[in-house]
Amino acid sequence: MGKIKVVHYINQFFAGIGGEEKADIKPEVREEVIGPGMALNAGFKGEAEIVATVICGDSYFNENVEEAKAEILEMVKKYEPDLFIAGPAFNAGRYGVACATITAAVQEELGIPAMTAMYEENPGVDMFRKDLYIVATKNSAAGMRDAVNKMVPLALKLAKGEEIGTPDEEHYHARGIRKNFFADKRGSARAVDMLIKKLKGEEFQTEYPMPDFDRVEPNPAVKDISKATIALVTSGGIVPKGNPDHIESSSASKYGKYDIEGFEDLTSETHETAHGGYDPVYANEDADRVLPVDVLREMEKEGKIGKLHRYFYTTVGNGTAVKNAKAFGEEIGKELKEAGVDAVILTST
Amino acid sequence: MRLELGHVNISDVQFGAETKIENGVLYVNKEELISLIKEDEHLKEVDVEIARPGESVRITPVKDVIEPRVKVEGPGEIFPGVLGKVETVGSGKTYALKGCAVVTTGKIVGFQEGIIDMTGPGAEYTPFSKTNNVVLICEPVDGLKQHDHERAVRFAGLKAAKYLAEAAREVTPDKVEVFETLPLLEQLNQYPDLPKVAYVQMLQSQGLLHDTYVYGVDAKQIVPTILYPTEIMDGAIISGNCVSACDKNTTYHHLNNPVVADLYEKHGKELNFVGVIITNENVYLADKERSSNWTAKLAEYLGLDGVIISQEGFGNPDTDLIMNCKKIEQKGIKTVIITDEYAGRDGSSQSLADADPLANAVVTGGNANEIIELPAMDKVIGSLEYIDTIAGGFDGSLKEDGSITVELQAITGATNELGFNKMSAKGF
Repeated sequence: MGKIKVVHYINQFFAGIGGEEKADIKPEVREEVIGPGMALNAGFKGEAEIVATVICGDSYFNENVEEAKAEILEMVKKYEPDLFIAGPAFNAGRYGVACATITAAVQEELGIPAMTAMYEENPGVDMFRKDLYIVATKNSAAGMRDAVNKMVPLALKLAKGEEIGTPDEEHYHARGIRKNFFADKRGSARAVDMLIKKLKGEEFQTEYPMPDFDRVEPNPAVKDISKATIALVTSGGIVPKGNPDHIESSSASKYGKYDIEGFEDLTSETHETAHGGYDPVYANEDADRVLPVDVLREMEKEGKIGKLHRYFYTTVGNGTAVKNAKAFGEEIGKELKEAGVDAVILTST
Repeated sequence: MRLELGHVNISDVQFGAETKIENGVLYVNKEELISLIKEDEHLKEVDVEIARPGESVRITPVKDVIEPRVKVEGPGEIFPGVLGKVETVGSGKTYALKGCAVVTTGKIVGFQEGIIDMTGPGAEYTPFSKTNNVVLICEPVDGLKQHDHERAVRFAGLKAAKYLAEAAREVTPDKVEVFETLPLLEQLNQYPDLPKVAYVQMLQSQGLLHDTYVYGVDAKQIVPTILYPTEIMDGAIISGNCVSACDKNTTYHHLNNPVVADLYEKHGKELNFVGVIITNENVYLADKERSSNWTAKLAEYLGLDGVIISQEGFGNPDTDLIMNCKKIEQKGIKTVIITDEYAGRDGSSQSLADADPLANAVVTGGNANEIIELPAMDKVIGSLEYIDTIAGGFDGSLKEDGSITVELQAITGATNELGFNKMSAKGF
């Protein structure tokens, strides 16, 4: 492979054009190595070379994201680079967001390996960490040398398509992607070692840092339930008999939406569960045990509730990834809102 | 309580005219074994096959795996309160058939039964590709309800293990290990300068085919209590679970509990292993609160400095795990928890259903959602017809050529939460 061709992206400040007063300049491309590009180029030691530098004002980028993205992508494409690098942006918020946004666009739309670098509190990190390799830097340009030293090895690996190590090894902000590997010792021995270190007050490393847990505040009570349209949503896997959409018994990748117009009662003839996480006998005998259509129909007749929504939504909450569940929830919530549903009874198993 | 555990190494299993052990070979009288298992009126057909390490064999759907053990000295029998009288076990002398296991298969009970491949990439993920397996294929009578079906097959496995282990009674073991835990006050005095450590073992008890038995008692019905570690080695705890195959603690896992083994390894050297607290994973909130309150209370009562907490299953029991961890930490007792992850097929989702900052020391058995390709095997013991619907399978998991694409979830023991395996996961 010849020399790796790199296109570098920086803002007006690092290009030496000016500060805030010049932040509205439009994207331009120069076939030269500018500002932090000098240090990166030196770090590449001839293995890679910056062939062009794209400069854009931070205000312009952030106020005209779509136009700026399109213009810059055109500029980058022309050079057919092997790698795209933006920044480092340190703790400059708008610059960081611009760097991360354009890096993601190059990676996705042009399919070119791309990376950026910034301080952990830069908003660009949280917006894009899942999608991008973002090297962790100090919070100001005083950390330039350190940033370049960390960016160069990762940049070369990305360009060559080599395997990327852990965040600690490669100095990028953890993307939260979990991958299996075989450790030297079995889990119980690792646990005993970890406990001994913890008891001695020595440093130990957890294998799974706790995530920030998403806790949802309940909504205020429905004011007049006798006028409300109520929907049923379940993770208990109740489906029309035969599971027409093949919802998985575990690790569900989809949910179903089914019509219950005309159903006064769910029976073993009409409904069953697709759930693989519990003894299905009782749910299959009478699916109302999980999805109480019968009781709600009675309440509808008695005027205790306004109306039972025509459709129920269902999935299997068994080893189903939180990410999938969240996506289902968002879509279902949106549809229910559009359908004028006032309240939802969520049943689980 | 002191137990001598004799290892009778089994290097091969073969069918023979008489069930016996000779030169490390276990010979099995197939007809005798089948007629023993067929005594159960719930089973219509029973067959026995042998699967050895390295053979191109796939066993599925796997329900339980059991190591044959026999008590040769001391009170009680193996599997007390289940097969044997409900005598307290864990002392005297027990022989285990090492390198050998009973595996139960046959028509699926629930959805959460597993795959054991004896060779190929799948074999790397299950410990039971390394054992010489006596596989029972049990077919239930027509119309048998799932819970009765599960019980019939559970007893079939235990009875077969007991039957085979009898062959070791007069054999001289290849190796003897000695495990001893003293009554609490004496144990505390034995190593007064070492940190006092216990093992908190959470038993699967969500119900509806997710059950564990302690001396024959359904673990849903217990309040947390204390065991000598050696009681577990004599079968005080058995599995009755159709939990996802990857993190189901089979009876084999219980008998060979690795946390117990590795705590004994450091016992008297770096820590003082004082005992096991068992607790459950019931689904009602009041039960979760009560049980976690009690584990914390017992940990405090024992004057512990640290505990290791292991889990079984995932999702709902994640809350029990975090409650136990949090409440024990709040007593000033250090914890390490062992769990596994459901981070999605691409590994990008949050791994647990509950979390707390106090759970700062976690060992993971890996991401159960990760996908694996399993090539076709020359022989299948059991049936491939459930592959698409077992937990970890999906529409199209089973290909026409017999190869399989599934989540690791479907492989028996793959992400074990007792820390039985070397697999772990890292964040990228």
